Amino acid sequence: MDLSYTPEEEAFRRDVKSFLAESLPPELQEKVRLGKRLAKSDMERWHAILNQRGWLAPGWPKAYGGAEWNAVQRHIFDEETFLAHAPRVVPFGITMLAPVLLAFGSEEQKTYYLPRILSGEDWWCQGYSEPGAGSDLASLKTRAVRDGDHYIVNGQKTWTTLGQHANWIFCLVRTDPDAKKQAGISFLLIDLNTPGVTVRPIVLIDGDAEVNEVFFDDVRVPAENLVGEENKGWTYAKYLLTHERTNLGGIGASKAALATLKHVAAHTVSGGQALSQNPYFAARMAEVEIDLMAMTTTNLRMISAAARGEAPGPESSMLKIKGTQIRQELTSLLRRAAGPDALPFLPDILDGGANMIAEGPEHAPAAAPAYFNNRKQSIFGGSNEIQREIIVKTLLRL
Amino acid sequence: MNFNLTDEQSMLSDMLRRFLNEAYTHEVRRKLIAEERDFDGAIFAQLAELGVLSALFSEDQGGFGGRGADIMVVFEELGRAGAIDPILSSAVLAGGLIGALGNDAQRTLLGDIISGAQCGTFAHYEPQGRYDASYITTKVQKSVDAYVLTGRKSNVLGGAAADQIIISARVSGTDNDETGISLFIVSKDAPGLSIARQSTIDGFSSASIILENVAVNASARLGEEGKTFPAIETALSRATLAVCAEALGAMEAAKDLTVDYARERKQFGKPIGSFQALQHRMADMLIEIEQARSAVVNLAGHLSAPRAIRERYVSATKNLIGRAGAKISEESIQIHGGIGMTDEYALSHFAKRLVMIDHLFGDVDHHLERFIALSAAGQ
Repeated sequence: MDLSYTPEEEAFRRDVKSFLAESLPPELQEKVRLGKRLAKSDMERWHAILNQRGWLAPGWPKAYGGAEWNAVQRHIFDEETFLAHAPRVVPFGITMLAPVLLAFGSEEQKTYYLPRILSGEDWWCQGYSEPGAGSDLASLKTRAVRDGDHYIVNGQKTWTTLGQHANWIFCLVRTDPDAKKQAGISFLLIDLNTPGVTVRPIVLIDGDAEVNEVFFDDVRVPAENLVGEENKGWTYAKYLLTHERTNLGGIGASKAALATLKHVAAHTVSGGQALSQNPYFAARMAEVEIDLMAMTTTNLRMISAAARGEAPGPESSMLKIKGTQIRQELTSLLRRAAGPDALPFLPDILDGGANMIAEGPEHAPAAAPAYFNNRKQSIFGGSNEIQREIIVKTLLRL
Repeated sequence: MNFNLTDEQSMLSDMLRRFLNEAYTHEVRRKLIAEERDFDGAIFAQLAELGVLSALFSEDQGGFGGRGADIMVVFEELGRAGAIDPILSSAVLAGGLIGALGNDAQRTLLGDIISGAQCGTFAHYEPQGRYDASYITTKVQKSVDAYVLTGRKSNVLGGAAADQIIISARVSGTDNDETGISLFIVSKDAPGLSIARQSTIDGFSSASIILENVAVNASARLGEEGKTFPAIETALSRATLAVCAEALGAMEAAKDLTVDYARERKQFGKPIGSFQALQHRMADMLIEIEQARSAVVNLAGHLSAPRAIRERYVSATKNLIGRAGAKISEESIQIHGGIGMTDEYALSHFAKRLVMIDHLFGDVDHHLERFIALSAAGQ
């Protein structure tokens, strides 16, 4: 047993650090550090910078323009980019659709779509959840009926994150209404500019419209946009969900949030002393740090098991639950650290467009919105209760 | 980064689990406790033969291990079996101190500790000191070539089973100074030394030791005069790893009993394990055990790190294990229902040990406070 990084991994970490020091635009860094909302152009700008370095798609094969990093390298990259307050890479094309295309897509689909993801020409969003299909995803009702060379799609998707920026959506659609519910689902790629598609934003608890409803009204989709085989979509979706869950421990994001929390607590005066000196607050900060130290090792143990060829299974559910508990506790402590200055709701400051200065500490405007926004952590990607079901079925075999 | 055990460690782990599973049944444990014994001589000898004791020492000390992962492997299996043998007190604490500080003559004792021929222990904590490792008031009077010790030691682990007792005493400084603490190796038969055994609630034993003008030769002094605290802290960090790994094994055992019971026990016409209210609690137990394992791996992996790093992991790990141990203990009892509270059934024994481990070497609050202080000092 040896918990140190290899010299090659340390060298890689130095490369990432110096890249970030040189290439991360200070305006973007400042927005992320203060929890401000990023515009579409901010995200596109960061994607382009990463792509130029060949680092936009960490897990893709080099042949498709990816970095082909192993899991440890990806872990290091994640940690460093979050700690440097870099914007996160929008995952839908890079880490959600692409692995499915690489595993199940046709050669034409790979050569057409993958470069367009890297170049930023296409912005993907995810069409999974429906008003009646949340945790019970397989009960989804959006229909795709074959009509010659096309599918005719009717139905509604919801909680479509950043759909307002997207021009493409990958969807789970029902192609066989008579089959058992998981068996009649297909994985379909839909151009959002097709007639009959409507995207409508949903304003959320934090005042931002991060997610959308997407309506399909007799939308004609070329049959060549089907990924893999008809009615095998659930298998591909499960593959994607497992893939998604390995990243949901959120170590990098939590380490960055912890660093911010420590900074804020050290610079916030409470009762004549730094908030970090308040024994009750210090105890809660220390407890979450201790939990994060252990979870980081849990994550690395799973990475190491994966490197030995063990597929990520229910362990990723455990990681998701613990990871989201830690994230939520950190955002809760950041909200409390802001004290009464957490009260004012200042969308202009969060959007970063105005020159107005908030009263109180610089981190305060985002504190409550971030806390409320992060309630999503234990709901999306399979709610924490669904993750417990997975653990129960696979590990406990009850 | 590599989380794998060596082939030797894996073999020892497998062998130990098989042996204890067969030899160290719950009936054996209950019988030992009822008879107020500290170990079964035959089993202890076999454990020594299997290499359990030598795995806790480095090669230059006469063993074949002594690293963090060795301690982890051995104590996880002892914890899973619920073994009460005084291995922590003898090999990790007394053996660790002699290995670190002993001169050639004193190191001959290691051979006996490794073979199991003799047991040692470390009489350190005192009645008013709680978990403070530097609170030492036992007095030393020094004459030309002898020392005379007077004081009281409380909750000395395995104290009644020990042949040789390492005693900490103050030669200078105030009550909780880290400097001014000396160590002495004293035979259990030394005049003026009285040892009162008491069973602990978790099936082990500890002793109250009273020293009234206990005279020892100068050659009994272990390590430099007044400068032993760093070695004491190191020994306690190894002991903390040992009890944390033991807790991990006990958590696994409690969880396995609970899941098995939930599969078999029927109420309302079906297994209680089919009820979601209980299923999700068991899933949470698994998550906490995974965290506990990572915490133990963290400490094992940093046991040889510089002091500031190592001690931060000591406190982080002990705090997490304390929280997780209580949770697994309480949840296991609750999911079992009444049967989980009976002495006859093994679960109550694991549950008690898990909770009482928090009372060794500093509990959750002690280590949370210490973690905060160490983190602040390191910034």
